Amino acid sequence: MSKTSNQSTDGGTATVLTAPAANGTAVIEVKDIGKRYGNIIALSDVSTSVRAGEVTCVLGDNGAGKSTFIKILAGAHEHSDGSLLIDGEATTLSSPRAALELGIATVYQDLAVVPLMPVWRNFFLGSEITKGVGPFKKLDVDEMKRITKDELAAMGIDLRDVEQPIGTLSGGERQCVAIARAVYFGARVLILDEPTAALGVKQSGVVLKYIAKARDRGLGVVFITHNPHHAYPVGDRFMLLRRGKSMGDFPKAEMTLEELTSMMAGGAELESLAHELEKTMGPDSEVAQTLKADVT
Amino acid sequence: MTTATVTDERIARTSTVTKLLKRPEIGALVATIVIFVFFAATTSVFATAPGASTWLRGASTIGIMAVAVALLMIGGEFDLSAGAMTGFTGLVVGVLTTEYGLNIWAAIVVSLALALLVGFVNGVLVMKTGLPSFIVTLGTFFVLQGIDLAGTKALIGQVAIQGMSDVPYYDQAKKVFGSAADIGGGLVYASVFWWIAVTAIATWILLRTRTGNWIFSVGGQQTAARQIGVPVFKTKVGLFMTTAGAGWLVGMLLLFTTSTVQSNTGVGQEFIYIICAVVGGCLMTGGYGSAIGAALGALIYGMVNQGIVYSGWDNNWLKAFLGVMLLGAVLLNEWVRKRAETAR
Repeated sequence: MSKTSNQSTDGGTATVLTAPAANGTAVIEVKDIGKRYGNIIALSDVSTSVRAGEVTCVLGDNGAGKSTFIKILAGAHEHSDGSLLIDGEATTLSSPRAALELGIATVYQDLAVVPLMPVWRNFFLGSEITKGVGPFKKLDVDEMKRITKDELAAMGIDLRDVEQPIGTLSGGERQCVAIARAVYFGARVLILDEPTAALGVKQSGVVLKYIAKARDRGLGVVFITHNPHHAYPVGDRFMLLRRGKSMGDFPKAEMTLEELTSMMAGGAELESLAHELEKTMGPDSEVAQTLKADVT
Repeated sequence: MTTATVTDERIARTSTVTKLLKRPEIGALVATIVIFVFFAATTSVFATAPGASTWLRGASTIGIMAVAVALLMIGGEFDLSAGAMTGFTGLVVGVLTTEYGLNIWAAIVVSLALALLVGFVNGVLVMKTGLPSFIVTLGTFFVLQGIDLAGTKALIGQVAIQGMSDVPYYDQAKKVFGSAADIGGGLVYASVFWWIAVTAIATWILLRTRTGNWIFSVGGQQTAARQIGVPVFKTKVGLFMTTAGAGWLVGMLLLFTTSTVQSNTGVGQEFIYIICAVVGGCLMTGGYGSAIGAALGALIYGMVNQGIVYSGWDNNWLKAFLGVMLLGAVLLNEWVRKRAETAR
C-alpha cells in the first residue's frame, strides 16, 4: 500500500511505528487481568497473548465480558486487577489515544464513524494530514482524498466518490473502511469488536478475508466474536470467556472446531440436555441424536 | 492514481451549480437574495448606501454571534448565555473604567478573561456532568442576567453606563470597535468588518483545519469521535469559550459604537442567534452546518428587521417572520439530513 513515512502528521497516531515485530512475538500479554466497577466484578483472571502475525479470538456469549476485555485493551477503561504487558512492559492504558499511540487500534461494533461526514474525513478523523505551518496549517484535502481512495481500493472497495457521507455506505463497506483506516494508520494490533455480527454470510466472508490479510501483513489481531465458525478458520489462539471469567486460552493446535463449538455452547450443559432428551423422546429421537453428536 | 484530484469516470461531471446545491447554506442564500430584491423593489431607501448601512450594522453584531453559535451547534451544543454575555462584557468594561478608573485596555482584557472563564465553566460543566448544554447554559444565562442587573446597580447605582466617552484612551478603543468608514455615501461600521473576518476565519477553521474536522465529529457522533482519538473534551470546551469570546467581541462593538451599555443588553437575543444558525443550515442535532450560512441567516434577520421599518409596517411582524423562517429552515434541514444519511 501507498504508505509513505514522511507524511506531515502531528497527531502522533499516524506516524509510522516501528516495523512490526517478528511474527510470533507477543505484542500484548494479559496476565490475570480483571475489572471491577465498584462491587461488581465484570471480569476476572483473564490471561492471553496477542502475537504479531497471529489472530487471537476472544469468544463468549452475550454478557460474558468481551466488551469489558476489549475496552481494557483499547484504553477505554483501566484494568483494576492483574497486569497488562505491552512489548513486555507493564502498562495501564489511560485513554484510547494512549492505546493508539502504542499501535493498538480498535474497530468498534458501531465502527466509530460519523455518518454525516464524508468518507475521506472519516478515514482521517483524529489523524488528519496537514500542510503549512503555524496558524496557516491546513488540511491536505487532495492528498487525503487520494489516499482514502487508494487504500479502499487496495481492500477491494471501489468507491465512486469519497466525498459522499459515510452513512450512505453499506454495513460491510463501512466495516472495511474502518479496518482499512486502522491498518493504514500503522496499527500493530487490530482489535475487532464483533465485526461479523451484523453482516450476512457473504459480507462476513469478505471481512474474514481482511482479517487474514491484516494477519499476513504481520499485525496482531484480536477478533471478538460469538460465532466459532467465524473464529476457527482465521484464529491462531482462542480465549473463551464466560460470565466474566476465562474458560482457558488455547492455541489452535490444542483445539478442534467441534471442541470450540461445544465449549462455546456450554458443552456440559448441552450433554445433560441430550441425555434428558434421550430419556423423554427415546434414544432414537433425531433431535437427541444430533445434539449428542454435536457435543461429543 | 497520480492526479491530485480524485476523479472517476462513473461520476458525471458535476457542474458548479450541482455542487452549490449540496451546500448547507444554499437555502439561506436563496432567501437572502429574495428578501433583498423584495425590499429593494418595494421601498426606496433599502438598497441605498445609507439604508444598507443601517441593516448591515444590525446584521453584523447578530452575525458574529450567529457564526460562533453555529460552530457550537455543529459541535452538538447550545449556548443560551451568549446573549447576556454581550451585555455582561460591556458592563464589565464600563464599570471598571467609569467607576474604578481602570485603564480602558486593561478593562477590555479583564472583560475578555472573564468571558472566557464563563465559557470554560459552561464547557466543563456540560462535559463533566453530561447534562444537556441547554440546561447548563440556561443556568449561566440567568446568573449573568442577575449580575448584569443587580451587580451593576449595586456598584454604580444605576442600570446603564454613563460618561464612557470621557474615559482616557476611549478614542483608541473606539477606533478598533466603534468607528465607521464612509463607503459610497453610507457608513460601514467596524462591526461589519469584524463580522466578515469572523465568518471567514470560522469557515476556514471548519472546512480546512483539523479542529474543524473535530467540531463536525463531536457534534455528529461523539462516542465515535472519542473512540477514534479526537480530543472531545478540549474541542467542546474550546467551542464554549469561542462563543463566550464572540460575546465579548460583540459586547465591545456595542459599547464603543453607542458609547453606552444597559444592564439588559443582549437578553433575549440568544434565540435569534440560534435561529440564524438554523436558517443557515445548522442541524439542531449537531454535526452539520456552515458558518457562512449563519452569517447569511443574520443578514436575513438584519434586512427584515430594517426592511419592515422602511416599509412602514408594525415592527412586531418581525417575530412572526422569524418563527416562519425557523420552522421552514428546520424542515428543510431535516430533509437534507435524511437524504445524506440514507443509502443512495
